[in-house]
Amino acid sequence: MIGRRGWIGLATVAALLALWFVLTTLTGQITSARFPSPAEFSASLTQINTRGYAGAVLLSHAWHSLLLVLMGFAVAVGTGVPLGLWMGWNRRVEALVNPVFLIIRPIPPLAWIPLAILWLGLGDAAKIMVIWFAAFVPSVINAFTGVRTIDRPVFEAARMLGTPPWRMVCEVIVPAASPMIFTGLRLSLQASWTTLVAAELVGALVGVGFVLNMAQQDIYPGMILVGMLTVGVLGFITTLALGHAERRALAWNVAATD
Amino acid sequence: MNSPPLTFRESFLYGAAGLFLFVGLWTLLSVTGLVPRQFLPSPFEVAGRFFFLLTSPFAGATLPEHLSASFMRYAYGVVLAAAIGIPLGLLMGWFRLLDDIVSPIFDGLRFIAPIAWVPFAALWFGTGIGGPVMIIFAGAFPPCLINAYRGARFVEPRLIEAARMLGTGHVRMILEILLPAAVPSIIAGLRVSAGLGWQSLVGAELIVAAAGVGFMMVQAQGSVQTPTVMAGMVAIGLVGMVIDILLRRGEGWLRRRRGLEA
Repeated sequence: MIGRRGWIGLATVAALLALWFVLTTLTGQITSARFPSPAEFSASLTQINTRGYAGAVLLSHAWHSLLLVLMGFAVAVGTGVPLGLWMGWNRRVEALVNPVFLIIRPIPPLAWIPLAILWLGLGDAAKIMVIWFAAFVPSVINAFTGVRTIDRPVFEAARMLGTPPWRMVCEVIVPAASPMIFTGLRLSLQASWTTLVAAELVGALVGVGFVLNMAQQDIYPGMILVGMLTVGVLGFITTLALGHAERRALAWNVAATD
Repeated sequence: MNSPPLTFRESFLYGAAGLFLFVGLWTLLSVTGLVPRQFLPSPFEVAGRFFFLLTSPFAGATLPEHLSASFMRYAYGVVLAAAIGIPLGLLMGWFRLLDDIVSPIFDGLRFIAPIAWVPFAALWFGTGIGGPVMIIFAGAFPPCLINAYRGARFVEPRLIEAARMLGTGHVRMILEILLPAAVPSIIAGLRVSAGLGWQSLVGAELIVAAAGVGFMMVQAQGSVQTPTVMAGMVAIGLVGMVIDILLRRGEGWLRRRRGLEA
């Protein structure tokens, strides 16, 4: 059932599409050198899907970018969350790591791109390194905060019952911190996409950002739009998947699932 | 909560140990040649290059000149984002119809990383000032809008009812009820915007620009001058940190002022 809000939203989108058609095709107010018309857009889409553009068809560009994001994200989360949990659990570790963290954190992840290219070249390894740096920080901070905000009695009760350390981690710390951990994962995922697109724009041989880069150099607005929409769709799909995982993982948590 | 809080002395010692370990490992890797010097210069070399660049030009300008070129674009982009995002957010918080119209567009665009606007930005506004400003705008705009909107939306309903009962018009309602109530949220949004804008600036300059710190870093990367690349990173980090500290100060000042007023 679509409410009033939904109808207005649909009407807006329809109006925008109509406006797009009118301004680019009927009146020609917007020339195709600035923004593609619907016909040019669909021509570009057909071209990249059948003959390919920038060395491959759209699906293989998108698949390549998606794989890189997933790998970088997995590495960042796999290292960041445990470090955050450990820092939250042990104040000595926090005191040891924090100053280094404070020095590195102000450097925006995108600023690592030239260094990554110097170190690892234009291939996949450089992208994974940059995504790792970008997605690492939110994972660490949120996992850390998640542990720090656990109620003290929860720990004390668990300890009083003689819970061994391993079960403490698996059955007390991780579940209690998981809402915060997932907040971190969402931010990490977003950061992963931003950095990957930037890294591919700076230098790559395949991928969605590379399509954007080529289209920019060829001054090909239709293909630019195709690239941008692909970035949006990929971001949307991965966000949706993460949300799904979150709901499943936190099904026990009434507050987190409403 | 597991272990009791550390004393100041302990945390200082651990912190120093951590830093020492970090710098020591870095120096060791570089000086022993385990990682070629060309790719990992020692911290001292980077610091030396940083001070060298303060006075001698690289890629057409000295580091302060590059920084000021970057900062100009950054200021334009962030101010533009705040000038459009905050009023629009407040209006959306008050006029339900506007909210219903803008939200779907905004939600759709949100999934496109700001940096993906680079090709269109270059096409529409060129690579001098306009293009990078648009990308910074794309990065800094969403938090401005969202926080102003949330701030306006979650105003105490009693305040709105009281104002409405007294016959307050739309303009005064927004300026005198919603805006003051939304200020803490707006300021928080501005801080996020400032960070994201700075990040977008770096991205924009890496890809399209003929001056600025990002441009300097790309040029240095092209000629395999790792110390210059790293000096650029240091400069970007420092400026980003200063911006954040200033905004924190502003936030604290505003809170105190409002606290006194209340």
